Amino acid sequence: MENNKIIETTTTTTTTTKKNMLTESDKSGLNFKETELTLGLPGDSRSVKREFSRTVKAADNDDDGSESEEVTSAGKAPVAKAQVIGWPPVRQSRKQIMVLKKRCTYVKVAVDGAPYLRKVDLEMYASYQQLLSALEKMFTCFTIRNYLNESKLMDPVNGTEYVPTYEDKDGDWMLVGDVPWKMFVDSCKRLRLMKSSEALGLAPRTPPKSTSTS
Amino acid sequence: MTYFPEEVLEYIFDFITTNQDRNSISLVCKSWFIVEKGSRKRVFIGNCYAITPERLISRFPRVKALTLKGKPHFADFNLIPHDWGGFLLPWIEAMAISYPGLEELRLKRMVVTDESLELLSRSFANFKSLVLVTCEGFTTDGLAAIAANCRVLRELVLYENDVEDGRGHWLSCFPENYTSLVSLDFACLKGEVNLASLEKLVARCPNLKSLKLNRAVPLQTLHKILIRAPQLMDLGIGSLVHHRDPILYNHLREVVRQCKSVRSLSGCFEVSLYFLSPFYPVCKNLTSLNLSYAPGIPGSDLIMLILKCPKLQRLWVVDSIGDKGLGVVASTCKELLELRVFPSVYGAEHASVTEEGLVAVSLGCPKLHSVLYFCHQMTNAALIAVAKSCPNFTRFRLCILDPRKPDPATLQPLDEGFGAIVQSCKSLKRLSLSGHLTDRVFLYIGMYAEQLEMLSIAFAGESDKGMQYVLNGCKNLRKLEIRDSPFGNGALLEDVGKYETMRSLWMSSCDVTLGGCKTLAKKMPRLNLEIINDKMEEYIDDSQKVEKMYLYRTLDGPRKDAPDFVWNL
Repeated sequence: MENNKIIETTTTTTTTTKKNMLTESDKSGLNFKETELTLGLPGDSRSVKREFSRTVKAADNDDDGSESEEVTSAGKAPVAKAQVIGWPPVRQSRKQIMVLKKRCTYVKVAVDGAPYLRKVDLEMYASYQQLLSALEKMFTCFTIRNYLNESKLMDPVNGTEYVPTYEDKDGDWMLVGDVPWKMFVDSCKRLRLMKSSEALGLAPRTPPKSTSTS
Repeated sequence: MTYFPEEVLEYIFDFITTNQDRNSISLVCKSWFIVEKGSRKRVFIGNCYAITPERLISRFPRVKALTLKGKPHFADFNLIPHDWGGFLLPWIEAMAISYPGLEELRLKRMVVTDESLELLSRSFANFKSLVLVTCEGFTTDGLAAIAANCRVLRELVLYENDVEDGRGHWLSCFPENYTSLVSLDFACLKGEVNLASLEKLVARCPNLKSLKLNRAVPLQTLHKILIRAPQLMDLGIGSLVHHRDPILYNHLREVVRQCKSVRSLSGCFEVSLYFLSPFYPVCKNLTSLNLSYAPGIPGSDLIMLILKCPKLQRLWVVDSIGDKGLGVVASTCKELLELRVFPSVYGAEHASVTEEGLVAVSLGCPKLHSVLYFCHQMTNAALIAVAKSCPNFTRFRLCILDPRKPDPATLQPLDEGFGAIVQSCKSLKRLSLSGHLTDRVFLYIGMYAEQLEMLSIAFAGESDKGMQYVLNGCKNLRKLEIRDSPFGNGALLEDVGKYETMRSLWMSSCDVTLGGCKTLAKKMPRLNLEIINDKMEEYIDDSQKVEKMYLYRTLDGPRKDAPDFVWNL
């Protein structure tokens, strides 16, 4: 009971403090991670990853009944939920639909200087090129300019160049096009067309295969 | 007592339709038994291993409609290995010889092979209705046989089955002169269907009332179908999202306007409000709306839609509806009888629901009698309020997603809340518990839940007492399923006679030992006790805990088709 009490209060405080920093879409996912006791520093994205690998390991151990019992009875409800087979009691076919639902990925699109946001379903497109032409239609003032493999959007009226950027699931802002399309769809939380003059500080665009050199 | 001739008795008995009443009749005297035996048309078998097909046939030689269930309920949640059993084939083989007049077959959680569907399609000349619910093991080739050979088929319903795609084109196997279809549901099929055949089939079946399409059926086809079948009452639409043609949408809107009979709408995979707007004209008459397969609809869109559906009696949605949306349901849908709120696994952009939503609906919808509610938290105060405002519940299933979560307001267990439900809802037949619960809740259940027939317990209780309260109390209990709860041999063995009055008992990850199971099996030879050892653990001595135990009443002894990992004690 004591344990539960502590977890309850942590959950509520993180919700309130994080609320302003996060979009609604982040809330549920991150909260669970925030309540985890990990060795990393708060907000350190590595701690999130460590938590993930720990979950996977624990799930592998699930064959051993005693192990999972230990975890569930420790009062860490969110962890237990991820591991218990058959819980929540939702039919497999329904879970598959939920997974398929993920194939419909709406993200918000912001344009620097524009007073409104739009939404796009990333699953509607099969490549970066298709996405960019959709954005071009959506914000009618743009035309695409292709510099050697690299796509930018341009407002021909005032000559401002925009670079498509996105926030990945770790909360980092990246340049659109830095990973294979499928991986991008899985990872992208929102899009922002950033004025290229401001995008200079972002992680440099690297070819997908040599990310480790950075 | 006056003795009627048998013909007269049989005529009278024909007016008695419920199986329970007919069971009672057959116990009156020998001659009633014989007349009832010869005139029984419908049989329900809740467990395919409780009786053999041969015994069924000798007991009721003239059956026309059979309902048969296979795997236990927890199979839905992956707790039972795929190859556990529940095979249809032996039943079809036996009935093919003895029941040439069979017309209806309803199956749940059974392993249905193409071979059995093929045999079925050739064996019963007057076969009219096949309903498969969460079955597996067959492909569309089996369906092709049904389509080709069952000339007077009226109903083909495939609800949440796991169907492999065979050669395809099963829809084109319905003969050109076949016109008797009334109900067709293939929403669970994953693969492509032959759209031209589908259109032709719909066009030549004037009595078609219910049609549920799968996600492979595009908007253009739906449009053509609705032109041909404006009489549809029950419509399941497929995937609409990949078309952004406004002209087509306007056409669809016009056609839907002509579909004045539609009362039930479902499907709508991957749909957003824009795509649903053509269906607004039918909303005012809808009594049933199932958007639980459409987790992509944001809460605000759901609210827009529900505001247009004042006559809803049955609503299935995902929790993206939010507490706010449930508030709208409460103020709009005064006729609501059944509500199901499913979890959306991917939390992004979804509000979820809490106790507030449930309380709102229970206050606003006094006729509500069936609830399945997945939420993140629940309080005792809320459950007490729900119990007060809706004493008519017959089915109350609450799933708090975090196991063992207490009342967040008081940090107390939810015993009092569930206690209030069983105390006020006198006709409660089905109950699922969740959250932090002590033995006390079982004391209440045993004391008050007199009509309870099925109870699901997960992560609850403290000692053997909990289970004992239930077994000693609930006089009408038929099915008890328990997982991850600390009930052991003491509870299992206290009143072994009780199990003969029940259909089945499931216990997994509890404290029951091998020795306890052996004792029970020895005492009660008319019960089958299966230990499902799918993890191939080595049981060395009797004090070891049994991971999965399934106990059921049977007339015909241990089953013969058990796989290696199932031990019949």
